Amino acid sequence: MGLNPVEYPKCGAVEFKGSVFTLPVLHLHSVDLRVVVEGLARHLAKGLRFFEGAPVVLDLGAVRGQALDLVALNEHLRAQDLVPVGVRSADPEQQAQAREAGLAVLQGGARIEREEAPRREPDSLPLAKVVEQPVRSGQQVYARGGDLVLLAPVNPGAEVIADGSIHVYAPLRGRALAGVRGDTAARIFALSMEAELVSVAGHFRIFEEAPPGSVHRRPAQIYLDGERLVVRALDPWKDPAHSI
Amino acid sequence: MSEIIVVTSGKGGVGKTTTSASFASGLALRGHRTVVIDFDVGLRNLDLIMGCERRVVYDFVNVIQGEAKLKQALIRDKHTPDLYVLPASQTRDKEALTKEGVGAVLDELREDFDYIVCDSPAGIERGALMAMYYADHAIVVTNPEVSSVRDSDRILGIIDAKSKRAEEGEAPMAKHLLITRYVSERVAAGEMLSIDDILELLAVPLIGVIPESESVLQASNAGVPVIHDQATVPGQAYADVVARFLGEDKPLRFLEPEKKGLLKRLFGT
Ligand SMILES: Nc1ncnc2c1ncn2[C@@H]1O[C@H](COP(=O)(O)OP(=O)(O)OP(=O)(O)O)[C@@H](O)[C@H]1O
Ligand SMILES: [Mg+2]
Repeated sequence: MGLNPVEYPKCGAVEFKGSVFTLPVLHLHSVDLRVVVEGLARHLAKGLRFFEGAPVVLDLGAVRGQALDLVALNEHLRAQDLVPVGVRSADPEQQAQAREAGLAVLQGGARIEREEAPRREPDSLPLAKVVEQPVRSGQQVYARGGDLVLLAPVNPGAEVIADGSIHVYAPLRGRALAGVRGDTAARIFALSMEAELVSVAGHFRIFEEAPPGSVHRRPAQIYLDGERLVVRALDPWKDPAHSI
Repeated sequence: MSEIIVVTSGKGGVGKTTTSASFASGLALRGHRTVVIDFDVGLRNLDLIMGCERRVVYDFVNVIQGEAKLKQALIRDKHTPDLYVLPASQTRDKEALTKEGVGAVLDELREDFDYIVCDSPAGIERGALMAMYYADHAIVVTNPEVSSVRDSDRILGIIDAKSKRAEEGEAPMAKHLLITRYVSERVAAGEMLSIDDILELLAVPLIGVIPESESVLQASNAGVPVIHDQATVPGQAYADVVARFLGEDKPLRFLEPEKKGLLKRLFGT
């Protein structure tokens, strides 16, 4: 039996094309693997389906100059269904280790993300997606290319996602992820802030108990100030901003 | 024009079958021709609660698979003339419930009955999806505790996404919330969710509250749905639910702890 001749695609076998992705960034605050793995397991146990199988970038900014076993960490993360693709803010030692673990060494961070964020052309502004029914446990609503406006509650276990900002004119009790394609100017607004998780442009926080006391069950907004997520009451003249 | 009502919950053991039996009996007691179908293939127990387990010959799956005629499988209730039971199979697997098969049986039942009550199994698997797929009304049964409320929320979302009405863009299914196993003392002590908490989260109109009561278990053991005993609190509460479903205005009762009379306070009970 003869071999079939290989058919070459007309445009060549492979081709490089630029494409912009926003990846969740996992900030390491400890080099103790046990602490990291347990902390992560606790987060994932809360059922964050959004991160299942997700590529993540490890930010080592807080542990620069400390010895870290990246090969072992890589394996632990994969066991938790995360796919580490690279590190950033790593010191030279850590960079060498990263290459050994098969991870890319990425430069910079927020600055690049901001430049790559999709620019909103005034004439192509998509209409906000408006949802009038409650978003219930297990449901997911995604507003592609624009804002998401919700006129009924987002219940625990529900997920609302937007490329732009998210506005909830009702209690926000589930998870809200704004700017998921990298718009760092996206914000989350809710008339009653009771979220389980919030994220802006891949920077996320989980509220294990409840959002910080001063905004819990109150009108509040969440936005990015540089690398920091900030939560603030919607009557800001009465209430200072809190990093969260 | 007949109407299909699914009794569903998500979480198991909250009182769906108890409710299906009393609700269907209540509709029949008011003279409506009613059939109640057990969708819990493999775990049937509607026939036990209705007290007709010894008369099961053919079941729902037999009818779907063409092994028996619908008339052969329907069991006439011994307490109420206008009520029939379509039992589930004890042995078949759930895959036997196909969309076409269930639809065909429901269409045939529509010709004879005013109300078709579907007792859903727990969970969000095929049995539960088939029980709610063709329904016009959903009675969502919830206990006053966080996990039960969360599962009811989940089922409400699935109804809005996966029912025939949703798929075909018809008017949405009418939804009714029924809180069962309610213990006013425990609500007052903060150990159970209050009715207001549940309503705020689920945002579905309340059709009734059934207090926790020993008489429910006694009724199931006797094989007589509790609504037949109008001396009991759950019996009266279920009768109120049926009345509200039929459009009557009935204020909620049995929400406050029972006040002990002087004799009871003196001598205890
Ligand atoms: N109001 C009530 N007071 C006391 N016990 C109750 C009440 N309602 C239901 N029960 C009891 O709770 C148990 C479960 O009830 P039932 O079988 O109706 O639930 P179900 O939701 O149909 O369960 P499954 O999910 O297994 O089908 C039974 O033992 C029943 O007697
Ligand atoms: Mg049951």
